[in-house]
Amino acid sequence: MEVPILKQGSFLIATVQAALSDADLLQFRSALIQYVVRSRSQGVILDVTDLDVLDSFASRTIREIAQMIRLRGAETVIVGIQPEVAFAMVQLGLTMEGVATALDLDEGLEYLNQRSKTAAS
Amino acid sequence: MLRNIDAGLGATSQNPVVEPFTRSEPTSLLLRELVGHLRQNRTQLREDWVSRITEAQLLTAMTKEEIFAEATSVYDSYVEVLQTGTFEALQTYARNLSERIIPRGVETNEVVGIVLLLRDVLARSLFAKYQTDFEKLNRILDAYEPAANRIANTVAVGFVQERERVIRQQQEAIRELSTPVLQVRERLLILPIIGVIDPQRARQLTEQLLRGIRTNRAKVVVIDITGVAAMDATVANHLVQTVEASRLLGASSIVTGLSPEIAQTLVNIGVDLGKMNTVGDLQGGIEQAERLLGYKVVQLAEAN
Amino acid sequence: MIGAMGISLDEIRVSIVSDQDIVAARQQGRALAVRLEFSPGDSTLIATAISELARNIVSYARRGEIRIRSAQNGERPGIVIVALDDGPGIRDIAQAMRDGFSTSGGMGLGLPGVRRLMDDFDIVSEQGKGTTVTVKKWKL
Repeated sequence: MEVPILKQGSFLIATVQAALSDADLLQFRSALIQYVVRSRSQGVILDVTDLDVLDSFASRTIREIAQMIRLRGAETVIVGIQPEVAFAMVQLGLTMEGVATALDLDEGLEYLNQRSKTAAS
Repeated sequence: MLRNIDAGLGATSQNPVVEPFTRSEPTSLLLRELVGHLRQNRTQLREDWVSRITEAQLLTAMTKEEIFAEATSVYDSYVEVLQTGTFEALQTYARNLSERIIPRGVETNEVVGIVLLLRDVLARSLFAKYQTDFEKLNRILDAYEPAANRIANTVAVGFVQERERVIRQQQEAIRELSTPVLQVRERLLILPIIGVIDPQRARQLTEQLLRGIRTNRAKVVVIDITGVAAMDATVANHLVQTVEASRLLGASSIVTGLSPEIAQTLVNIGVDLGKMNTVGDLQGGIEQAERLLGYKVVQLAEAN
Repeated sequence: MIGAMGISLDEIRVSIVSDQDIVAARQQGRALAVRLEFSPGDSTLIATAISELARNIVSYARRGEIRIRSAQNGERPGIVIVALDDGPGIRDIAQAMRDGFSTSGGMGLGLPGVRRLMDDFDIVSEQGKGTTVTVKKWKL
């Protein structure tokens, strides 16, 4: 399965599509990490706008993605969590603690820009 | 007025002959006869009924034409129930009717009233038809009454349930309107919470806030609970969930107006207040929000 | 243990064997919720609950079934989800329901979370005999 990943400057934008099976999601994860390493990117925007459900597995996998990316020296920010999905997540106790979040692509890019500025200084 | 002519039995009022087989006439046969009577006299009986409705000053919210149209439908449904013995069609019709007339301001007593009037109009016509055969009249009424009462009940219950549903919807709508999420500055939302919050309202507040964050692209949210006297553990959990859910949408929260009691409740449910961004009062909270957003609050020098 | 009782006309059954079935089950659940005119928020809660219940089946029981149907509570329409499996069963249900508020580590069955998502929650489980979780949500 192709993983939609775009390069935006020194950042990557990866879009998680809806209705991914667990196996697909894990494949997505390894493909993304490889991309990060290959492109030596400084940050990744993980766009989950398409996800109509974010359950415990998805939440855990996303956190692992962020951790793995951090090990490669890059930042991750999750964008596009829908209000209904966010509400369901907190009911389940899935707070994604430790992972940065932003409203949408624009906010995500701004966040990564700020972080790289801070890192550079 | 139709009269039932007893043929061939040689019975007279002075010398009644009771035939065993007519006494055990099954209900279904009686109902069939009844339905036949109601269909034959449909026009007349419906007229009678409508004029009684008008006399009793019911359904004043509707025009004569509308009353006539609904009366026709009710009459036909009534007869159909008597014929088929099944109530589903009537239940569906009762719900549809209720949906139509409730917005017009028709009250429960009016709906119950008109169904009872119909029952009476039909009963009286039965009296008139079988007045010479008391035995038969009794049997027909025995067959008719339980069905008629169940019809009245079905329609009334259908109406009341629909009314209750509408009222709940309206209450929901009022709650929506009365809990505004305010955009004070760009990227800054304030959610003032006042009064007693039950879990349902708390849930509604959260949903409204989250939608507001997305619509206004807010980065900071000030949740002011100065006006909240007390909070139980369930609602306190909702507050925590609201803060967490807001973060998932990229907004950070500042909680203002936390009373010592509510602070204690939060601690009791395991909240680390050190991690929650709290400020004493709303004004302070807004100022902090502005700092977070990079606004500089400049005092305007008063011109003399 | 997954007894075959009469299938009501509106019941959807999804066999749960692999993780792909989890997606199928929750999509069916959302579809019915939307048909029943649940709000988008409620539809997501329902789909998420199904996802978690189906996930439990895959993780712990290897095989089971999700049954989805509409229901009436008085005149309030609603949705009923039943998650059945013939897995090992839960030894201590009270313990499973007493999970800490955060289950973000994915530890445990996340049942308290599922209960928070729905209106009614019921569980029957016996060691060696499997588990049946029934959850319901009502409109308005």
